[in-house]
Formats: sequence, structure tokens, C-alpha cells
Amino acid sequence: MTINEIQDEIIDEFSLFGDWMERYEYIIDLGKNLPLIDEQYKTDDYLVRGCQSRVWLHARLDEQGKVQYTADSDAVITKGIIALLIRVLSGHAPREILDAELYFIDRIGLKEHLSPTRSNGLVSMLKQMKMYALAFQKQLEKI
Amino acid sequence: MTAPAIRPSPFDVARVRADFPILQRQMNGQPLVFLDSAASSQKPVQVLEAMDRYYRQHHANVHRGVYQLSQEATDMFEEARRAVARFIHAPSEEEVIFVRGTTEAINLVASSFGRSFLKEGDEVLITWMEHHSNIVPWQLICEQTGARLRVVPISDEGVLDMEAFAKMIEGPVKIVAVTHVSNTLGTVNPIRQIVDMAHERGIPVLADGAQAVPHMPIDVQALDVDFYAFSGHKMYGPTGIGVLYGKRQWLEKMPPYHGGGEMIARVTFEKTTWNELPFKFEAGTPDIAGTVGLHAAIDYIESVGREAIAAHEGELLRYGMELLAPIPGMRLIGTAPKKAGVISFVVDGAHPYDLGTLLDKMGIAVRTGHHCTEPLMDRFGVPGTVRASLGIYNTPEELEYLAKAVEKAAHMLR
Ligand SMILES: Cc1ncc(COP(=O)(O)O)c(C=O)c1O
Repeated sequence: MTINEIQDEIIDEFSLFGDWMERYEYIIDLGKNLPLIDEQYKTDDYLVRGCQSRVWLHARLDEQGKVQYTADSDAVITKGIIALLIRVLSGHAPREILDAELYFIDRIGLKEHLSPTRSNGLVSMLKQMKMYALAFQKQLEKI
Repeated sequence: MTAPAIRPSPFDVARVRADFPILQRQMNGQPLVFLDSAASSQKPVQVLEAMDRYYRQHHANVHRGVYQLSQEATDMFEEARRAVARFIHAPSEEEVIFVRGTTEAINLVASSFGRSFLKEGDEVLITWMEHHSNIVPWQLICEQTGARLRVVPISDEGVLDMEAFAKMIEGPVKIVAVTHVSNTLGTVNPIRQIVDMAHERGIPVLADGAQAVPHMPIDVQALDVDFYAFSGHKMYGPTGIGVLYGKRQWLEKMPPYHGGGEMIARVTFEKTTWNELPFKFEAGTPDIAGTVGLHAAIDYIESVGREAIAAHEGELLRYGMELLAPIPGMRLIGTAPKKAGVISFVVDGAHPYDLGTLLDKMGIAVRTGHHCTEPLMDRFGVPGTVRASLGIYNTPEELEYLAKAVEKAAHMLR
């Protein structure tokens, strides 16, 4: 599936929820079930600092030239949103990630979590995800 | 959870609430429950109207014009200063300096006092429960002068360790800076006792009154503090205006903080002489409308009654803590016997950010995070807390709703 197909799929899923409680219960579940980042990457080197919650992010380029992200957070709602971002962006080529426009966040009513003033680490994390993609893209161009 | 038997005594909170238009708003489809007054309080119509009237009918720059409008604006500005002096029982209005807020007031003292009185080897004494505003300005001046910052510890309840203070004050301390009420713990510190111990050694004391002024009567002469700082926007007044009270004996010895218009007596390129107090510390055009709003806020607080406000909020605080305490996993941060205005807590298994997010969805405005007191968070070993802070307009019903909402949110998160 392309990045946009995944985004549309998530928008569809969220349209089934009646109210904010159901939406957040789902996000909290996602947060609880997100495969944890490898302990060795849960260090300050991989820490994306937010004022309110902390986020750790790691990325690698697999054999097929796709970026694989893993991440973690100490706040479960933040973690649930991370799970969504990873579902959308992970497993794609660096170029696709760089060109991606993330419209699903807005459409599922979570825009407030990606506001810079929220300082939960998500905005910085998203930037960091793109930075990784950029670095991998450069690496691929050299080969 | 069963509701405790004690209910706060009646207070005409409905009438007070009617004065605050913003309280009519809905948040996420729920009536707004505003529990973040410690960050900034809401404003009554009396303040809004006073500022509007000022701009519509009386505005001109102050202390400059011979014409009537300028005279009117100057009168309103200086009346506001007199009102502040009365409000905190300052001996004279020359000792009341208008600033942008608590932060600027503390920076003014740290910089101006520090440049004249601090040198290498000296010490500045603060406490573990200070707001960053009462830490960083001192760090800056310590870096410039070579003085050292020393920090008085606190107990697990959030009470200042006065034994440690007594020992530390015997060092080469040149100034003590301490918060009157902690914005994170709510602890009310024994300012007068601190002042007496410092004064025995001729050491001046600055009290950060940002969280005290909204909640209790303040008498700077009874406290005998040398400096007292507070912000208008936390006491139902506008943002951008605050007060530094300083004893004349110190203010006269201190050099100006900022240079510019208003603060000078005579300027030549060779030498400029300073204006007298308080103008020496008020460079540039002040926030005139802000002072008018602050004056209206003072009138408002006095019309409700400061003792009545303290009693109402005291009851709310006790009631709120009683309601929250039995929630499973609840840990109240800050349980000093003398508290005002603030209930901080964490719940096991629920990150403060997550709790705050879910409370917001239920229409409750609370602050989450470190509240600009990171050393304090480290002291209690938490990444942050949820803080519900009280204002004149809060009700027992709102606290009941808060407790239910916290329980529901914690349940969702576990
Ligand atoms: C205890 C304390 N000191 C200082 C400040 C800073 O006040 P202001 O931002 O109005 O300058 C605050 C405000 O949060 C406070 O609570």
C-alpha cells in the first residue's frame, strides 16, 4: 500500500468511532501494543526531547531499501499517535517518506497533538523521521 | 469513592462567576472547568471595561504632556500606583515599581542588586521550590559576578527545611530569594521568619509573591521583606503588568536596570543623572492601560473581600484534596500543612500528559508538566504533575467533576 492508501485506511477506521472516548480508547490501545523500541536505542542519543512527554526514535534502512522505524514514549497517548505515524511511514522508500504529506492527523481529529506548542515531542519526532529519510536517501544516491 | 461529609461553606460564587464572561464558554462540548488560574487567571468585566474606557476616553502618554489628556492618563497611572501601595501596604508609592511581571521584577533585582553588591565568593540563597523565574536570573548574575547559588532543601511534604536554612544563612550570603507560595506544591513559606533570620545578619530578602497575592492579604511591612514581586495577570488583571515593591534604602543604592526615557533626570553625552524613585526603574513608555486594568483588578478583589476569598479558596483546596486522595494510585505532590491555591498530583500508571489530554476532552483546563520547576520534579522523582489550581470563581461542584474525571481518565489509561 502507498502512504496515502494507508492514511485513507486510518481515516476510514476512525470514522467508525462515535465520540472522543472511543477515539482515545483506541489510541491508548495502540500505544499499549506498540512494539517497544529495542532497549539499546532507548538512550539519550535517540531521545527526541519534548517538554511534556519524551519520545525515542530509531530508524534503519532494510535490505529492500525501505526505512524501518521503531519508537517509544513515556506517555501512552503520545505512543498511540507514534504507532499511527509508524504505520503510515515505516516500510517505505526514503523518497516516498520525504514527499509524503500527512493529512490523516487532521482528518482524524488529532491535529492538536501535532501542534508545536503542545511540546509533547511529536513535532520534533516527525521532523526527525524525515531527517532519517533524507540521510538514507543521500546514502542510496551515493551507491 | 464516597464523598466526604464536609462541604465548603457557602460563598456567593455564582455572583462572582457572572463577572467572568469566559466562564460561559464550552470546551469540547462541555462547560469549561477552569483550573489553571495559577498559570493565569481569567478577567472580570470590571477589568475589561476599565481598560476599554481608558483607551476610548483617556489615553495619552504619561508624565509628558501639558495638555489635559496626558494629565488624565498620568493621573490614572499614578492612582494605580497608589492603589497597589495600599493593596500591599507599602509605606510609600515611590517604592512601587511597575514592571512587566514577576519575571521582570526578579531580573531587575538580580541584575541591579547583583551588579552593585555581589562579588566572587558571595552567595545567593534560594530554595528547592523556586519557579525558574526565581532561579535563572540569579544564575545569570552569579555567572557574571562569580557569586555562588545555594539551594535550601525541602521535605517530602514540600516544607522548607528551616534548620538547613538556619545553617546556610551563616555563609557569605548577600541576598535571599524565596517564593511566598510555591506554584507547584502550594506550600506557603514562613516569609517573616526567613526575613527575621536574614535581617539579623543584615541580609535582604526578596519574596516571589506571584502565587500569594491572588490568594491572601499581603502586607509587605508586616512581612518586612526588602523586595516583593508579583504579576497582574495571576490576580484577575491584564497580562503585561506586574509590580516590584522594594524598600527605599535598597532601591536608592541600586543602579537603573534599563536605560531610556522617563528614567533620567538630565542627559548629556558625558553623563546622565537618574530620575528619582520609582521612575529610575521605569524606562520607556509604561503599560499604562495595564496599570489601569491592575487597579480595576485590585478594586475587584477588595470588593469581594480578601479574607472571604482566602476562606473560600481554603475550603475548596481542602475539599479538592479530600476528593482526590482516595482515587486508586493517587499521589498528591505537596502536602504541607500551610498551602494555598494549588493541588498537584500524579496517578500511578498514568502519565501527566495523558491525564491532562483526557481531562481537556472533558472540558477541564489543568496544567501538566514541570510547571517551570524542573529541579522540584527531580526532587520528587516525577516527570511532571497534573496541577489543578484555584481561583475566586471555582466551585465545589467543579472539584467533584474533576475527581470523577481523573478517576475515569486513569481508568482509561490503565
Ligand atoms: C511562583 C512564580 N514565580 C514567577 C512566575 C512568573 O510570572 P510571570 O510569568 O508573570 O513573570 C510564576 C508564574 O508562573 C510563578 O508561579
